[in-house]
Amino acid sequence: MKEISLHILDIVQNSIEAGATRVAIAVTADSQRDLLTVAIADNGRGMPPDMVAKVTDPFVTTRTTRRVGLGLPLLAATARQSGGTLTVASAEGEGTKVSATFGLGNIDRPPLGDMATTLACLLAANPSLELEYRHRAGGREFRFGASEFLGKLDGVSFSSPVVYRVVKEHVDAGIREAQSKGGIAL
Amino acid sequence: MVKTLEDLAKIKDKAKATLSARSAEQSTKVVIGMGTCGIAAGAREVMAAILDELGKRNLAAVTVAQTGCVGLCDKEPLVEIIRSGKPKVMYGRINAERARRIVAQDIVNDQIIGEWVVGTKA
Repeated sequence: MKEISLHILDIVQNSIEAGATRVAIAVTADSQRDLLTVAIADNGRGMPPDMVAKVTDPFVTTRTTRRVGLGLPLLAATARQSGGTLTVASAEGEGTKVSATFGLGNIDRPPLGDMATTLACLLAANPSLELEYRHRAGGREFRFGASEFLGKLDGVSFSSPVVYRVVKEHVDAGIREAQSKGGIAL
Repeated sequence: MVKTLEDLAKIKDKAKATLSARSAEQSTKVVIGMGTCGIAAGAREVMAAILDELGKRNLAAVTVAQTGCVGLCDKEPLVEIIRSGKPKVMYGRINAERARRIVAQDIVNDQIIGEWVVGTKA
């Protein structure tokens, strides 16, 4: 994947597949520790401990259309190549949390990329998903909450192309503002 | 960025106007493959292009959905067009530019773009 935001889009698909109705994404840049952390937590059905243990094995998948599952192994590889780690914590019936760290200034770390399109596409295709996004960099924070946003637009859905464009522009502007004021571009 | 409540009210009115048009017209569904294989091949940009084009053309009768891997990973990004009473058409190796043409030629003008079709199903 060329961007971390594409990995995020991919990992959230796992959450949706696991029946999650709520997904919280947090992107945190810590320049003092030279660390970029991406955490994706869902309230899906979760996994038993033996599945968690082998979840980064590319030859393990719950799918039936093919016998390889590459989403988490690819993210693990991207994290490791930039001096980071991947951890997966899960409890059956409660949910799963995927956390990836990357060396913030590492030359092999892909850019965060187009997070606005990732979030807007997720909501357009899954309009009832309670999606939350928190972006922290250089002491600045941007937050986006799907339910809160929709509450102000009562009666319309994220599936509307009009709302898609609004979400995308809103998130894009929010992240850009947080990055320019915080002085850290991701 | 959405700054004021008036901004939101305007968006709401516009979206509601297109929503009422949606229920009146015949429905078309666009399904985009969003498995790891699809995303790695550019499915996000394809979905973004389709949503952008639908918005520009005010095509509220069209709904956009996603699916996981269907086992045709080498043909990703895949875009399926589903219309009531017609065979499903699946296009393969679609990029943002081709996605816009699918909206214009297939969804709007009802002409299948044969050279990109990887399968049809009644």
